[in-house]
Amino acid sequence: MLDFSILTENLDMYLLGFKNTIMSSLIALVASLILGVLIAIMRIAPIKPLNWLGTAYVEFIRNIPLLIITFFFFLGLKLSGLYAGTLALTIYTSSFIAEAIRAGILSVPKGQMEAARSSGLTYGQAMRLVILPQAVKIVIPPLGNQFINLVKNSSILAVVAGLDLMYHGDLISSRTFVVFDVYIFVAAFYLILTIPLSFGVGYLEKRLAKSN
Amino acid sequence: MGGGLIMIVFDRVNKYYGDFHVLKDINLTIKKGEVVVVIGPSGSGKSTLLRCINRLETISEGSLSINGLNVADKKTDINKLRRNIGMVFQHFHLYPHKTVLENIMLAPKKVLGQSVEEAKKIALKYLDKVGIGDKANSFPSQLSGGQQQRVAIARGLAMGPEIMLFDEPTSALDPEMIGEVLDVMKALAHEGMTMVVVTHEMGFAREVADRIVFMDEGRVLEEASPAEFYANPREERARLFLSRILNH
Repeated sequence: MLDFSILTENLDMYLLGFKNTIMSSLIALVASLILGVLIAIMRIAPIKPLNWLGTAYVEFIRNIPLLIITFFFFLGLKLSGLYAGTLALTIYTSSFIAEAIRAGILSVPKGQMEAARSSGLTYGQAMRLVILPQAVKIVIPPLGNQFINLVKNSSILAVVAGLDLMYHGDLISSRTFVVFDVYIFVAAFYLILTIPLSFGVGYLEKRLAKSN
Repeated sequence: MGGGLIMIVFDRVNKYYGDFHVLKDINLTIKKGEVVVVIGPSGSGKSTLLRCINRLETISEGSLSINGLNVADKKTDINKLRRNIGMVFQHFHLYPHKTVLENIMLAPKKVLGQSVEEAKKIALKYLDKVGIGDKANSFPSQLSGGQQQRVAIARGLAMGPEIMLFDEPTSALDPEMIGEVLDVMKALAHEGMTMVVVTHEMGFAREVADRIVFMDEGRVLEEASPAEFYANPREERARLFLSRILNH
């Protein structure tokens, strides 16, 4: 049976970690979304050097472990654990988001861009007014996956003393010598974040599908 | 159409896709108000020829000018050129996330800088003209193919272009709906619009075209008035093509 006194007696530590995990995830989510859109457009824009730069970024970042990126900021640039972890999380996730968005944009039929351009719209206008609004719908489900991964991956902060939920779980465990129960409660806190996120994405998906 | 102004000039135009020679030494002059119908077997380069006119495809050699402006020149403002050339595609390419009205109003608002009221007035005028004024607030997915294509024509006309390009506008339509689209195109031709039409609709070509351009394997093999072309095609390939598509 679960020992709930572990939870009640260490609630302040759990909550502090929970708060930091929310903060770190939220910042990384917004920042990686912005960065991901920019990288995706770089990869698709009709300008070769930008394509190469975008491709290099994605292939480099998504093919090395998140842990190593985190170490780079923590040990290499000597940032605090919370900063290093959040920054690493942002950069790592942005490469996956860029790929999801790129795939979404490419799945809009080519004729849409041709129709828009042949009416005299610039590339930027066509992208913004015709292509992206259609791509959003396609991108929502894979983007949701990335956000859920992001929240779970934020546990990387624990490795660099990032004061997050996982870090505090480790702390509680080493103080109480309890392993199983402590991490069950940690998992429960993650679920409080990820389950609503999951349902939120599902809801958005349905609403957007209806609008067409 | 004798004394009309010269609008479109292909001068020894060649185009390659890698090793594939799509357009071979094309020489073609189209005057203001002329209706030119381009026919030929699939893969003959008809659509490519059409798409070069508004630079959806770039030419590899030779020169192509519209109203004296060199289309291939980097200094030519392509967006400005395209305002003046409406295009209708085989698969309509209406914007599925916008209503019929919004589809038509988008470019006039964003490219010509029209106000919403002005753009709406013009859009409704052209919707009436193509006979579907009552569908203004529908989404493209709620329309039949023929209706969608008529919206696409209205979308092109709303920019007030001097030239309209049609790339197999009826090929994706149910047979029953071809007539309604051709009727709109015929009316347009009678109003003096300069039109370049790639199509397999021989009836339309015979009735409306000022000139038929027959293409095969990237070349213009024959240029003639419909009467001449249908009665007595000079080229053997054109004869064969006609016998195949007229006797089925």
